[in-house]
This record gives sequence, C-alpha cells and structure tokens, in this order.
Amino acid sequence: MDQRLPISRRHLLLGAAATFGVPAVLAGCGSDSPAPGPGGNLGTVTIGSNASDEIPKKTLDTVVKGFTQATTRINTVDHNTFQENINRYLRGTPEDVFTWFAGYRMQFFAEQGLAVDISDVWQEIGADYTQAFKDQSTGVDGKQYFVPFSYYPWAVFYRKSLWEENGYEVPATLDELTALARRMQGDDIIPIAFADKDGWPAMGTFDIINMRMNGYDFHVSLMQGKQSWTDPKVRQVFDTWRGLMEFHQPAALGRTWQEAAQSLAQKQTGMYVLGMFVAQQFPEADRDDLDFFTFPEINPAYGTDSIDAPIDGYMISAKARNVEGAKALLKHFAQASSQNIATELDPGTLAASSKADTSGYSALQKRGAELVSKATHIAQFLDRDTRPDFASTVMIPSLQSFVSEPDEIDSLLASIEQQKANIFR
Amino acid sequence: MAAKTRRYSARDMAVLVIGLGVAIVVNVGVIWGPALASIGLSGTDWSGIGPIEWVGGQNYHDLAAEYPPFWSAVRNNVLWLGFLALVATPFGLFCAVLLDRRLRLSRFYQSALYMPVVLSLAVVGFIAQLVYSSDYGVLNSVTGLSVDWLGDSSVNIWVVMVAAAWRHVGYVMVIYLAGLKAVDPALKEAAAIDGASERQAFFRVVFPTLRPVNVIVLVITVIEALRAFDIVYAINRGRNGLELLSVLVTENIVGEASRIGFGSAIAVILLAISVGFIATYLSQMFREER
Amino acid sequence: MTVTASAPRAPSRRVRPLRILLHVFLTLVALGWLLPLALAVYASLRPYDETARLGYFSLPEQLTLDYYTQAWSQAELPRYYLNTLIIVIPGVVLTLLLASFTAFAIARLRIPGRRTLLIVFTAGNLLPPQVLITPLYTVYTMIPLPAWLSDSMSLYDSYLGLILVHVAFQFGFCVFVMANFMRTIPEEINEAALVDGAGVWTRYWRLTMPLCRPVLAALSTLQFTWMYNDFLWALVLMSSGDKLPVTSALNNLRGQFFTDYNLLAAGSMLVALPTLIVFQLLHKQFVAGLTLGSTKG
Repeated sequence: MDQRLPISRRHLLLGAAATFGVPAVLAGCGSDSPAPGPGGNLGTVTIGSNASDEIPKKTLDTVVKGFTQATTRINTVDHNTFQENINRYLRGTPEDVFTWFAGYRMQFFAEQGLAVDISDVWQEIGADYTQAFKDQSTGVDGKQYFVPFSYYPWAVFYRKSLWEENGYEVPATLDELTALARRMQGDDIIPIAFADKDGWPAMGTFDIINMRMNGYDFHVSLMQGKQSWTDPKVRQVFDTWRGLMEFHQPAALGRTWQEAAQSLAQKQTGMYVLGMFVAQQFPEADRDDLDFFTFPEINPAYGTDSIDAPIDGYMISAKARNVEGAKALLKHFAQASSQNIATELDPGTLAASSKADTSGYSALQKRGAELVSKATHIAQFLDRDTRPDFASTVMIPSLQSFVSEPDEIDSLLASIEQQKANIFR
Repeated sequence: MAAKTRRYSARDMAVLVIGLGVAIVVNVGVIWGPALASIGLSGTDWSGIGPIEWVGGQNYHDLAAEYPPFWSAVRNNVLWLGFLALVATPFGLFCAVLLDRRLRLSRFYQSALYMPVVLSLAVVGFIAQLVYSSDYGVLNSVTGLSVDWLGDSSVNIWVVMVAAAWRHVGYVMVIYLAGLKAVDPALKEAAAIDGASERQAFFRVVFPTLRPVNVIVLVITVIEALRAFDIVYAINRGRNGLELLSVLVTENIVGEASRIGFGSAIAVILLAISVGFIATYLSQMFREER
Repeated sequence: MTVTASAPRAPSRRVRPLRILLHVFLTLVALGWLLPLALAVYASLRPYDETARLGYFSLPEQLTLDYYTQAWSQAELPRYYLNTLIIVIPGVVLTLLLASFTAFAIARLRIPGRRTLLIVFTAGNLLPPQVLITPLYTVYTMIPLPAWLSDSMSLYDSYLGLILVHVAFQFGFCVFVMANFMRTIPEEINEAALVDGAGVWTRYWRLTMPLCRPVLAALSTLQFTWMYNDFLWALVLMSSGDKLPVTSALNNLRGQFFTDYNLLAAGSMLVALPTLIVFQLLHKQFVAGLTLGSTKG
C-alpha cells in the first residue's frame, strides 16, 4: 500500500485550489495571506494541542496570546485521545505545530519523517537550555526536532508534618529506606503508597530502581531493546523491588494513583514514588506540607545520579503548511517568559529553559529544579524512553502481573524477552 | 411456495439496482472491504508509517504462543457470552414477563431497568469506580469488606460482567416486553380458561410465539458479547484480568502502539468467530423457514 | 390448545398478596438498577476533596450544582451537542431509508441471492468495529472531498465520513429487523398491488413503509442511542477537537494527571440526558416497535 499517494493527491488538490483562487479552507483563514515578510506577519500558524484540562489550556492560550508575529489557531483534543491518535494524526491532516514529548518518543516520529528538522531554531535558542535538554530534543540523526517547554521530576513524596511527628528521617540508602519502612509499619502507617490501575505508575518505580542499580546507560539501552530482559541485572531489579513489596500499599491494581495520593494526603501512607503532579491532589492549604527526596542510593557506583523527569514541548509536523510561522512560534515557546507563565499557573511543572525566572517558584518547585540540576542523567520515563508499542502492549501487562504475583519473576522476564523480540524486529 | 419469477419493468429494475447497489457498495466499501484488508494486514509487520513487511503467519504464532493477554481474552469473551446468555438475558425476559400486565408504576419500572442502556462509556466506568473502588467505593463501605474488586484479577471479570449485565438486562427486557405485548391476549385467556397456571401458560403458549423475538435477542446478546469493549476499557483499559479480544485489538491498533499487523491478527480471529457464528445461525434459520 | 392443570385454581384475577409481592420485587429491582446512577448523581453534587476525604458512601457536608455549570462551560458542551446532531440525524435517517428498501427487496421481492445478501449484511453488523480501523482510515485519507463538504478536504476528519461509517455499520442490524418484520405483513397486500400493476417503488414507499411505522420508530430510537453513544469512530476518524461529537468531547473533562471525577460525573449526566429524554418521549413507540414482527412469526 503506497502511503504517499494520498499526500501527493492532497497537495495537488491544494495546488489546484490555490491556482484557481479558491480560498483553501484547509489552512484556515490565513492561508491566502501574503508571504512571510521580514517585519512580522507570518500568516496563520495552527497548533494541535493536547492541553484539554483547564490549567494547561489556559497556560497555552496565555502564552500564544503573547505571540504577535502571526495569527494562531489552536485545535485542542483531550490528552488521552491525542496521544492514542498521534500516529494517524501525523499522517492525516495535522496542524503546523503540535504538543509532544521529548526523548525516544520524539525520535520515533522524527525518524519516520513525520517532523520538521528545527536545528536552525536551536542555533538561536540553544544557549537557553542545558545539554541534557538538548540531547532529549535531538533525533538519532543528530538534528533537533523538539523544543522543550516544561517538565516535572519524579521523586519520593511525603508529608513533612507526619515525618516530624514521628521523627522519621530521609533515607540515603536502600537499607535506611527498608529500616524506615519497618518503623512506619510499627507506627501503623503503610510505608509506601502504591497504585497501578492505569498501568503506568509502576513504571516509575521500575525505572528508578533500575537506574539506581544498573545506571542510566544500562537503563537506556534496555529501553532501546539492546539488552536482554533475562539478564541477571534485570532480575536483580525485580528481586529488589519484590523485597520492598511488603511495604507497598496492597491491592494496588484496583487503585488509581489519585486514590493513592489521597492516602498520602490523609497520612495513611508514609511516602509515594510519583511525579510532581502529585501536588494537584493536595488541597491548597496542605501543599506547603508536601516535600520529597530523591530515591535513595542502591549501587554506590551510580549514587543518585539519574532521575526520571519527563519533558513536554512542541514539534513541527512534516505536513506543516506554514513552517516559517511555526518556527517563529517555537522560538516564542522557548522563551523563558513564556515558560514562566506555565510555572506560575501550574504548581506541578518546572520551566525547561535555564533562563527562566525561578524567583516566583513555590518551595516545592524550587526543590524540584534543584533536584534536576543535580542529576547527571535525566530519563524520560519508561513509556517515553522506549517504543510505544512495547511500553503499552508488553510492559504494562507485565508490570501489572509482577505486582500481583511478585514471585514469578523468571517466567515473567522470559515472556517479556520473547515479546520484545517480536517487537524490536 | 413455488418461487414465481415475476417480470419487472425497466423502471423497477432501475429502482432495484440503485437501491440495492448503494447498499452493497456502502457495505462492501466500508465494512467488508476493510475487513478483508485486515486479513491481508494480519500477515504483515507494519507500524502504520514505514514500509509494510510481509511476515506470513508469524503474528498468529506470536499471538498464541507468546502473548499472555491473548488466551485470557479468549476465556473472558467466552465467559462474557455465557454470562449474558445464561444470566442476564433470562433475567431480562423474567422482568419483561412480570411487567407484561396492567401494573401501576409499570412505566417507572421499565424506565429504571432501561436507564443504563443509554449511558455512555464514561459514566459507566465512573460508576464502576464509585461502587467497586477498594478504598472509597460503596460496596466495601457498605459490606465492611476490603476486597480489591477491580484490581484482583480473579474477581474483577465477574464484577465487571455484573456491570455489563446491568446494561444488558434493560435492553433485553424492552425487546421482550414489546414481543409479549403483541401476543394475542386470546391465547393467554384460552390457556387460563383451560386452567393452566401462569407458568405453564407462559412456557407452553406464550414462549413459542416469541420465536422471532428470541432470534433478535439472541443476535443482540452475541453482538454484545463479542463487541464487549467499553466497560472494561473505561475501567482499566482491559488489562490485568479484564482482557477482551476487542480491547486487545484496540490496544494494538488504535493506541500509540500501532502494531497494526499484530493487532489485525487478533482482529481476524475475532472476525472468524463472529462470521462463523452468524453464518451458521442465519443459514439455520433460513433452512427452517423453507 | 389444551393444557392440563396440576392444581385447578380460580382462573380470574390473581390474589392480592401476590400482586403486592410482585410490586415489592419490582421495586427492589428498579431501585437496585437506579442506585448506581443515583450514586453518580450524588457524587456529582459534592466537591471532590470532600468525597476524596470521606469516600463516596458518606453523608454530604456540602451539596452544589457548581459542577454542572462548570462542565457545561468548561467542556463547551452546547457546541458538541450540535456536532452530535449533525452526525446522528442524517445517520439515522439514511440508515433507515437504505435498510428499509433493502429489507423490502429481500423480504418481499423474490430477488435472487437474497439469503446471501441478508447473511452478508447482518454479519457485517456483527463485526467488531476495531477490525476495520486501519484499512478504513487509509481509505478515508485517500478520498478527497470538496471544501464545502469537508474542511479537511478528505473523508478523514469530516462529518460525512462519520455519518457514512455509522450508516454502513448499523445498516445490517436494521435490515435484519425490518426484513423479519416485513415478512409478517400479509402477502395479500402485495398481491393486490401487483394486480393493480404497481411498480417496485410504489409497493415499497406507498404500501409497505406506512405499515412499518412502529418498527421504524423503534429502530430510530435504538439507532439514535447507539450513534449518540459511539466514541470509537470519532476517536479514530476525526482529528479536529472542535468537530467531535459530545460523547467524545466529554473526555475534555479528563486531565492528563488530575481528573476531578465528580466533575466528570456531572458532565456524564449532561451527556446522558438527551438519550434519556428520547427514551422517555418515545417510550411507547419503542415498546410497541417490534410488536407486529413478533406475532405472526
């Protein structure tokens, strides 16, 4: 089946429309506006957005309002649907600019030729980002395809007041973590909140144990399908995790992360490995009581040098009709002032630009930024660091099966390895 | 009855050709064409973007041998069909029989039973969470249990089937009620005069006349069972004990995953089951008719 | 028909107590059926942090309709209701027209291959929609449409595309039901018309269709509900958020991370309302719908 046929036919149609002076509705009202001039009017830029919830939506609206070089039109599709449809979306009739994720998830589509190379944009904005951010925006061909906008770190969250009451201290090693968990059990507190009904939260736990134990490089190459899942190193990760299972909140597969977060807020559980968005489950008044520490060291060779901190940002679709305008818009998104609008409205995110003004950050945001700046390696989270089909059709069911039967590690790993071979062909 | 060949005028032929032609074109173009194309795709490895690679029966092998969710999905689909056909449908019929008499509040009862049928995916998923959630749900609060209804893969399929039945019963009830209303009252009266108990009258007199309705209900039940999708999808996207074939297809094809060849192979299996069932059933029906 | 009775009883009216028992039973069932829905309504009236704290089975501290106004405006429901109408009304009308004619041809005219046709059409309706997704998507992106029909200029991401898929998909079921129904209409009507020399169209439109009114009413109610509740096709064949039907647009109330379930409950209630109203209004047609089809089998 020739995928290119429809595209060229559509382009032909468009061409015909333009030749005969028919207003091309496809590109919205701005498509017949004058060619981009040096002074400013870049026509219309369309944006495909997954920011359907109230706050992110408001953020995008506000940021885009500050963009004066072109008129903009936003097509919002709810977050989940957008993600599910990304494949068909990019092959169909995508907008010029679209929201997406950094790392492997970006590279996957860049490699298929569905995104526009924006290395020239990066020559201008490069100085605003650290190398880690640039790496996450770079495709396998060494060109940039992505502009980071905001991100959030994963860590172990807890309520300061509860810890003070009981005299708990932040653990620095796995042994200290285990000892702390024992103490909590003695105090009738479930040590580690846990929920995996939706399938992805457990990935955070797997990621961090793997990175602490085997280091970032191993983790990344495992994610890219280059390491075997039956490797003793992987088995060790699951063994360690199984050792911690008795401290995890039971019946995790029927619980949403929101419910687990509520148990943390109500001091029924002691700590919770999750992204910074956990703050959204806390009432305004309690947010200052929320704090976190990075997952303790397991292997001294790697210390605590890596964390998960997924980056959200923007890309240009290969079918974009107004690439000039789109690039100008990306530069606008890269500006610290744009990103600060987001961090102000949403306490769960941090600005990706290193030039961003952190003075307006909440205490939690400041600590988050500090955590990330100390990390040598930033991973994007399991489902963003590997092939999407592997993450959703293999890893989610597998991790859930581990959660329900932690003792069946060997057969599980063998099955993952087999399925991996079918996907990474 | 001997088939009489009638002659149609040119105009009649034109009407027939256009009417049936449109129907056939739409049906083939939108339903059967793509369905057959899926069979073709099931022999390939394709991400939806890059080149299509022919892999023959590889997907089917991987599916049966190395994809753990597949067999649980098959089992669950069978359970689902059994549960709807043996529990939900008879209960719907039972309710219809009870409601088929002059009753005050009959309208209210009917509406109550039918209500879930019109609810959308989101609300059913939400209600399931509301009732079954282990920490906050009503069921555990009321009974004092602490069962992980939705997370424990040995119980969750059952409670979800109850939710599915919740929707199915109303549907079946309305259709049977319509059928019952149409049964000639004289028949029932005659049976009553003969001294038959209500139960006997129903099974010996009324039920046999319901045959066309039974056909429809059976078809609907099978459709619902094979197409069962939205409830589990809303609850946990059909994982961890709630696997269904339709969800696996969706998970592999619709989602970001795009294992189109692999997903199509699951789809083809679902297709084979559906077509097998319906063809046997319909031809059976026609044979009797002749 | 003779039925031997085991215990002869007064054949007239049943005794009162039995009737009371019947009412008790039906009331219990009805309440059991309504309870989950009532819980959802109850949840939609309470603030999220309250239910998160106390659980859903608890006495309210605060009841409010705020979520309804919020859902109405935040999810921009009015616009999406309109989208749904643009899709569902033509969808139902076209399905019934096409299906009734096909059923007529199959049931009343002895066209060759009618049995195969009926099997093919009905089986088509049985197919799980997921089977069709990929090829259908590919075909849809390849079919160009003029701009006045679809602003995406292809069948993909157009209302027409959604209507078409609904018609094609629901068609089979309607043919099945209507063919069943039409077979029960006495042959004599047709015979009489034949003697009068009426054409196919007259026999279909003038003679058969008026008799099909009840089944048409029933099917349109059913079809309305099904098409209204569909979210899969819109998800797969649409890419513009502002053209989605209301059932799919409800997802706009779901966040990436934070979902206020009580708000979602309020939104779901608003979305469920039209189908509930349709059912209530057309209740009579609905129940009467399959009547004729079931008597003379």
